[in-house]
Amino acid sequence: MNVDSVRFQHLLGIEGLSREDLIFLLENSQQFVEVSQRDLKKVPALRGKTIINLFLEPSTRTRASFEIAGKRLSADTINISGSGTSVSKGETLLDTARTLQAMNPDILVVRHRSSGAAHFLSQELTRTAVVNAGDGMHEHPTQALLDCLTLCQHFELAPSELKGKNITIVGDIRHSRVARSNIWAHQLLGNKVTLVGPATLVPHEFADEEAFGGGVRICHTLREGVEGADVVMVLRIQLERQSDNFIPTLEEYTRQYCVTPQVLEGAAPGCVVLHPGPANRGIEISSTLYEGTQSLVEKQVTNGVAVRMATLFLLGSRGRKENV
Amino acid sequence: MIRISNGIVVDPATDRDGEFDVLIEDGKILDVVPRGLGADGDFERVIDASGCWIIPGLIDLHVHLREPGQEWKETVETGALAALKGGFTSICCMPNTEPAIDSEEVVRYILDKAAQANYSRVLPIGAVTKARVGKEMAPLSELREAGCVAFSDDGDPVYNAGIMRRALEWAKMLDAPISCHEEDKDISCGGCMNESALSTRLGLTGMPKVAEDVMVARDIELARDTGAKVHFCHVSTARSVELIRRAKNDGIPVTAEVTPHHLVLTEDAVRAYDTYAKMSPPLREEEERELLVEGVKDGTLDAIASDHAPHEDDVKKIEFAEAAMGILGLQTSLPLMVSFIEDQVLTRKRAISSLAEAPARAFGLPYGTLRKNAPADIVIVDPQKEWQFEREDVVSKSFNSPFYGRTMKGKVRDVFVQGVLRLENEEVVLGGQCK
Ligand SMILES: [Zn+2]
Repeated sequence: MNVDSVRFQHLLGIEGLSREDLIFLLENSQQFVEVSQRDLKKVPALRGKTIINLFLEPSTRTRASFEIAGKRLSADTINISGSGTSVSKGETLLDTARTLQAMNPDILVVRHRSSGAAHFLSQELTRTAVVNAGDGMHEHPTQALLDCLTLCQHFELAPSELKGKNITIVGDIRHSRVARSNIWAHQLLGNKVTLVGPATLVPHEFADEEAFGGGVRICHTLREGVEGADVVMVLRIQLERQSDNFIPTLEEYTRQYCVTPQVLEGAAPGCVVLHPGPANRGIEISSTLYEGTQSLVEKQVTNGVAVRMATLFLLGSRGRKENV
Repeated sequence: MIRISNGIVVDPATDRDGEFDVLIEDGKILDVVPRGLGADGDFERVIDASGCWIIPGLIDLHVHLREPGQEWKETVETGALAALKGGFTSICCMPNTEPAIDSEEVVRYILDKAAQANYSRVLPIGAVTKARVGKEMAPLSELREAGCVAFSDDGDPVYNAGIMRRALEWAKMLDAPISCHEEDKDISCGGCMNESALSTRLGLTGMPKVAEDVMVARDIELARDTGAKVHFCHVSTARSVELIRRAKNDGIPVTAEVTPHHLVLTEDAVRAYDTYAKMSPPLREEEERELLVEGVKDGTLDAIASDHAPHEDDVKKIEFAEAAMGILGLQTSLPLMVSFIEDQVLTRKRAISSLAEAPARAFGLPYGTLRKNAPADIVIVDPQKEWQFEREDVVSKSFNSPFYGRTMKGKVRDVFVQGVLRLENEEVVLGGQCK
């Protein structure tokens, strides 16, 4: 694979990637899926490179996924975690950035509760490639990549052919970085995105030109929103949305927006379901659906590693020529 | 007697705009005469203002000086110096200090500091409620007598409408306005930028425009009910402008201010998570900005006030959602408005009025004009001078400005405060006495 054609220096979001970049990332990810299926899963691609996984927000899945990805590429990986509240730590993100800079990592993977945190670090760390592993409500680009990769595999399509599909995202869109990254990705690929949820969690601004180019449809009725859908992506609903008064009660939410096999009767034949996990079974998605044949959730987890290997490989190999 | 000659006098209060000379004696404007008239008289000093405008000393109705309590951000001294450099001869300082300006002692403390600094005049604004917490009225008469020119809980609104109504009744007796930061924080809660398509895209919690509008609507009705003067701080939405416009048409005693940054910037300034452009109320969309400019043009928005809000980088150069709200303004307000004049967005008369005569009227101050016998607060500004605003220009203790690198038009050259030349050729006159 030709790493010189990578035109991005960091992966801060899907926004800003070109269609070619996105397809290139997905194609590379597909190759790493094959690596992950070998007996010997380790490749020497990033030997001698240092990756720091800075997780300042609780996360098990994504962190484990990045860690495995880095190790399979033979990179030296260091994990730093914390609560991310600068006040309690007495250290600001800027201090952290400077400390990390001193360690001279090649790649910094960052998860932070604040939108824009990855941007902030990419501006401060001039010699390091930054990978956004989720910043606040803003973006979670590798999640969107693994979702797209999962769909490519399921529909047996090359990344460039994954287009014209109806993608319905259900849930707390307002607070979701997964939704935002997926909206950008599907707009680039040429799929139609419908957002479903209550008006408090799916604000009308999502359909504005200034937000995501204006191609997004919003629907507050679940059955209507999944009609003709090829893919239904269900998001996790957080309990605190109730105390924040975005929803009256979780029961109210479930009554209107719980995705079940019955709800999907109006979807396109062969409709599949994605969930970034962990799921609240019986609240946003029924157990039967989550575990059923329409669900691709296990595939998602497997693909997570491949997508992250591809991302780390492309960014880690990028500066190689100058360094030698 | 001092004579300022060869300049263009722009004094909206007396409707003068042309070639006049200004005569100063005993700290007052002795006269404004046609250029050269009586120039052969006996003058202690003649100042040549060729190519410059001679305008009244500017008045800023909304400044945060951070003293007492947060002296690392700004002090009365550094703030008053920034004011002087920016052409403001009078600045009204907000009471969100620690302790708040809610007693005579704090007023005295600030006035003493201002007298020691001896730069621009500092006019404290007293708190509406004790410690600004909105529970009980502050001693308004005591504050007024000590020298407060208005009352405000700025930073916060006065939530309790009952307390607000009583405070307005008191303020009316004391002939002072209540200056209102209008924000329903139950609506704007957790917000860090304008609520919009852009905030949606950036994944930042928005502060909806309606959070401001509902409070403006409420206080218009309270002003109508009490007949007391309500002044609206930093108006940022088109709807609030419209509400204020209607209230004025109805004869309700309201006045309003807008900041230069809301007039020249939009929310686009935070697109790359730039915390130096984060403030409350936030920068809005272009449509809103345009209607704010219309509001200034037709006088609905009386005054332009900087909302000068210094913050150190430790609370600014951090994650966007957590960064402190507010930006510097004293040194950039006039240049930004000179550009508005040059670009014919505002007439010279209206722009200068909004920085001098109009704020004086809003707070009932005897400044902001070159009228005969008025205190001689005079600014000589070179409107043609182009310069780039940079961090090195800042004389405040903090550096939070979104305007670095911007080409400014117009520079303050000389400043008289009460007849004393305090800034000469852009340099502070040491000792504050002119020869
Ligand atoms: Zn305010």
